[in-house]
Amino acid sequence: MVVELYLDLLSQPCRALFIFAKKNNIPFEFKHVELLKGQHLSEEFGKVNVLKKVPALKDGAFTLAESIAILLYLSRKFNTPDHWYPSDLQKRARVDEYLSWQHTTIREKGCQIFIIKVLVPLLIGQPFSPEKLEEAVKELNSVLNQFEEKFLQNKPFIVGNEISLADLMAIVELMEPVGCGCDIFENRPKLVEWRSRVEEAVGKELFQQAHEILLNAKNLSTTQLPPELRESMKRLLKP
Amino acid sequence: MFILKNAGRMGLELYLDLLSQPCRAVYIFAKKNNIPFEFKHVELFKDSILGMKMPGGNNPGHSHEGQHCRGEFGKMNILKKVPALKDGVLTLAESTAILLYLSWKYNTPDHWYPSDTQKRAQVDEYLSWHHTNIRGNAGKALWIKVLIPLFTGQTLPPEKLQEVMDELAISLKQFEEKFLQDKPFIVGSEISLADLMAIVELMQPIGVGCDIFEDRPKLSEWRNQVEEAVGKELFQEAHELILNIKELSNIQIDPQLKEHLAPVLRKMMK
Repeated sequence: MVVELYLDLLSQPCRALFIFAKKNNIPFEFKHVELLKGQHLSEEFGKVNVLKKVPALKDGAFTLAESIAILLYLSRKFNTPDHWYPSDLQKRARVDEYLSWQHTTIREKGCQIFIIKVLVPLLIGQPFSPEKLEEAVKELNSVLNQFEEKFLQNKPFIVGNEISLADLMAIVELMEPVGCGCDIFENRPKLVEWRSRVEEAVGKELFQQAHEILLNAKNLSTTQLPPELRESMKRLLKP
Repeated sequence: MFILKNAGRMGLELYLDLLSQPCRAVYIFAKKNNIPFEFKHVELFKDSILGMKMPGGNNPGHSHEGQHCRGEFGKMNILKKVPALKDGVLTLAESTAILLYLSWKYNTPDHWYPSDTQKRAQVDEYLSWHHTNIRGNAGKALWIKVLIPLFTGQTLPPEKLQEVMDELAISLKQFEEKFLQDKPFIVGSEISLADLMAIVELMQPIGVGCDIFEDRPKLSEWRNQVEEAVGKELFQEAHELILNIKELSNIQIDPQLKEHLAPVLRKMMK
């Protein structure tokens, strides 16, 4: 029985998983859960992940949520190359440190931009608020400064000389604003260089494949959101 | 003799303020596992943490900018200076990273972070979900009831607290349904890092009189099991500060910090 990965490539953590599994030739069944069709809210999907979020994994009777948990599980089960999650304790600690820190920083601020520029307009049927976007971009920039100063510094990757889960989780998050027309890499040469290295390490073709849906996000403007999805999205409207 | 003399200087240092939830997790873990460390006390509201340089260069929580202090509680980055670890040349932030590092380096009992792949995955799953669901939510009650009034001299309307508690209630429901279910602990029959991170967070509102365990028998039972597994004495010791939080209202807040945070907090109050 092959591992099932429940994914929507619009979602950053789903892309991380997709890339990781493909790059490491991990056999899996791609179970498409279309977020904008509200498929994650179905009872059926609820049996895989009661939290009704993607990504999710099903390995026989075992189900798992949370991208970091899934990435680590796959890395252990399929014995992936050491650099993804180094056995050296200090290097590993650095990966853990980034993965922990990013939840409420890179991830949160990156998501905000997508929410403001794409999701809220879809929900309320009006163009996005430029003031809200400006503020969100400012906050992301502040966090990017920390990312560059503390996590990247002058190293090729977050942890030493090779790509790890930290870089993977970071890059998919930072592509989200790019996907809605906010080029956060502009004027950040160090970040651009790091991005090139990460793309190279992943493989340009796979990277493109993972990001195809996102990079065509403008096509989303005509999407009709189903009512149960609209209901669950209303919390996005809270300030 | 030489070895003894230098042991302190070369040893593990943990930078902690037990008012902080993740600091308590690290403290309890280290003590419970008899991990020798030097307790470096960081008093979040007294020390001038704005100017304070924490060990080493990798200090993600430290910033001179006030920018990320705007908006919601979660942006209180200056408070993320703790916990921090210094072990020789390694400096580390983020409680999850610190706990994992300590568990590996000191070879702590398996149940904390099980070697069984599936059980380990379940601990990872909780530790990840925790950040944006329990953490942040649980801490807000303290800010609303004690810290904001302390910093700004103003009290917040009761609706604000209710709003926060309602949000926490949603997370607690998910916690009980998905993570706890009918098990004694989050992962099987023994305490793990998951339970530890959860409990210290859920003790935070208790300190300001929001007893989230009241009317939640399953959660109460779990709390008792966790306290027992940790050891009641150690648990009490770690939580002494937060459970006596009214003492805080008498402390002198660092004026620089007050000046820095007050406008941000006032904005949050609207």
